[in-house]
Amino acid sequence: MKCRGSSCRFRLSLGIGTILLAALPVAPPLAAEQTPSSAAAVSSSAPVLLAAALPEQTSVTNDKLMQLDKDVKAAQSSADNAWMLVSAALVLMMTGPGLALFYGGLVRRKNTLAIMMQSFALMALITVMWALVGYSLCFGGSGPVIGGFEHAFLRGVGADPNPDYAGTIPQMTFMVYQLMFAVITPALITGATAERMKFSGTVLFMVLWFLVVYAPLAHMVWGKGGLLNAALGGKFPTLDFAGGTVVHISSGVSALVCALYMGKRSGYPKQPMPPHSLVLSFIGACLLWVGWFGFNAGSALAAGSLASSAFVATHFGAAAAALSWSAAEWIKNGRASALGAISGAVAGLVAITPAAGFVGPMPALVIGAIAGVVCFAMVTKVKAAFGYDDALDAFGVHGAGGTIGALLTGVFAQQVINPIFGVGKPVGGLDGHWGQVGNQLVGVVIAWAFALVGTMVLLKIVDLVTGIRVPEEHEQEGLDITQHGEEAYNLET
Amino acid sequence: MMKLEAVIQPSRFESVKDALREIGVEGMTVTEVRGHGRQKGHTEVYRGREYTVDLLPKIKLEMVLPDNLVNRVVDTILKSAKTGKIGDGKIFLSRVDEAIRIRNEERGENAL
Repeated sequence: MKCRGSSCRFRLSLGIGTILLAALPVAPPLAAEQTPSSAAAVSSSAPVLLAAALPEQTSVTNDKLMQLDKDVKAAQSSADNAWMLVSAALVLMMTGPGLALFYGGLVRRKNTLAIMMQSFALMALITVMWALVGYSLCFGGSGPVIGGFEHAFLRGVGADPNPDYAGTIPQMTFMVYQLMFAVITPALITGATAERMKFSGTVLFMVLWFLVVYAPLAHMVWGKGGLLNAALGGKFPTLDFAGGTVVHISSGVSALVCALYMGKRSGYPKQPMPPHSLVLSFIGACLLWVGWFGFNAGSALAAGSLASSAFVATHFGAAAAALSWSAAEWIKNGRASALGAISGAVAGLVAITPAAGFVGPMPALVIGAIAGVVCFAMVTKVKAAFGYDDALDAFGVHGAGGTIGALLTGVFAQQVINPIFGVGKPVGGLDGHWGQVGNQLVGVVIAWAFALVGTMVLLKIVDLVTGIRVPEEHEQEGLDITQHGEEAYNLET
Repeated sequence: MMKLEAVIQPSRFESVKDALREIGVEGMTVTEVRGHGRQKGHTEVYRGREYTVDLLPKIKLEMVLPDNLVNRVVDTILKSAKTGKIGDGKIFLSRVDEAIRIRNEERGENAL
């Protein structure tokens, strides 16, 4: 769950408490452990207390206190808002140029622009969809499965915070931050359909997929009243700090379905299809790593200590996975490759995503190390054994990494980091709440099921309307020329 | 006149060129080519997928030489292009009937 509450409000309550103590010695000491709701009660009852103690100065002190209260809130809002705007920009950077370069380098030269264009097109498409209905379907209303239309056309989304989600930043910031997640998620799927999917089919599929798979999942996990929401009254409280289920399982599993439905690329696996520029992929992966700080630490929805914790966990998870993938490769092939190292880092970032705001640095190292090895086995062994052509390993990295991360979050989550179930209540298995692993499993199963069924149905529909796959001769010629009428490299002109 | 074609390792090209300049070879045509003889190529591994790269990058030199220079040029290339390993390349010699300079229509060895 995106932070929610306790730590951000907690700071505010401390601030108000300090002011009251200074202004009014007779007031009872305000315990630091007061809950967020009592903070609100204190700030409104303060003038009454003052009136009883010092009647003649009441109105002056009252005004001063109210002004201070306002200033404190404004200061926190400014700080949180600054961080969240930067985070939103960082997450957009993950799609373009991050993912576009990462995937762009992995395809053959003739398909470079096509795969980059798919990511870029989603930046535009999903943004418009988000403004019209997307935000409302994810974060409007309070149904168990999908939101409503109360924020359609961004009605009511302005400078005031939405206290259900992020009480200290303008709802407009929250809205645009969440948009960036909706942009990158479908873009991840293009890794599986690379080098053979029609552009028209991609556009139609992604629009439908966003509505049918992403919006309900985002609402179920993060939306108020959602079935899986851990902080806002979900039936199966699933911990997903920044999108292990919503982003990575949903896209990864859908990617697998797409790869199976579309079939292999012509010539696969006999014909060599090596990445055309690992330099591009390398730059892309590094941008993804940096952007991921916005993705995970930004999911604290405030600039407090939880953001620091998530930032650190993210970094450690990525590093551990880069090492463990490289080590596995070194042992198996006798060399550690650059592609292996960057793939490992991405796998670690995926796996730490649901856990980022719930675990400390040491569990982050463990989660990353496990994810690196498992994802290495997925793309080298499992893919070959089953023979599906997940061209750029969207399933192997995001599906597998997201699933591992979601389950391990249930093991390692700690109330010390994020007391999401209330003060004093254990969060994850090692914290003493092994039932959480079961909750995580429910979340994982629902995300898998939604992605599997939704994607299957949508692929059938899109196949009837625009078609999914380019003709064989277009695939040979390359999608850059046949789908877009241009080439990535015209070096001799 | 003889035409000399040599396919050599790209890594030896600079020393071959310098050595040829030292003995007075005035012109050559160079092409980047790919191919293989007895050399088997190498394997590359990308995320567990192995590819055998059997067409390797080579440099092809072409020049037409006056008869009196041929042996020295061949010796020079042999010396400067050799690494001693499989894949060092080959030299081919063939007779040339005529050469014509386009600018002033000179013919024969004068045109070289």
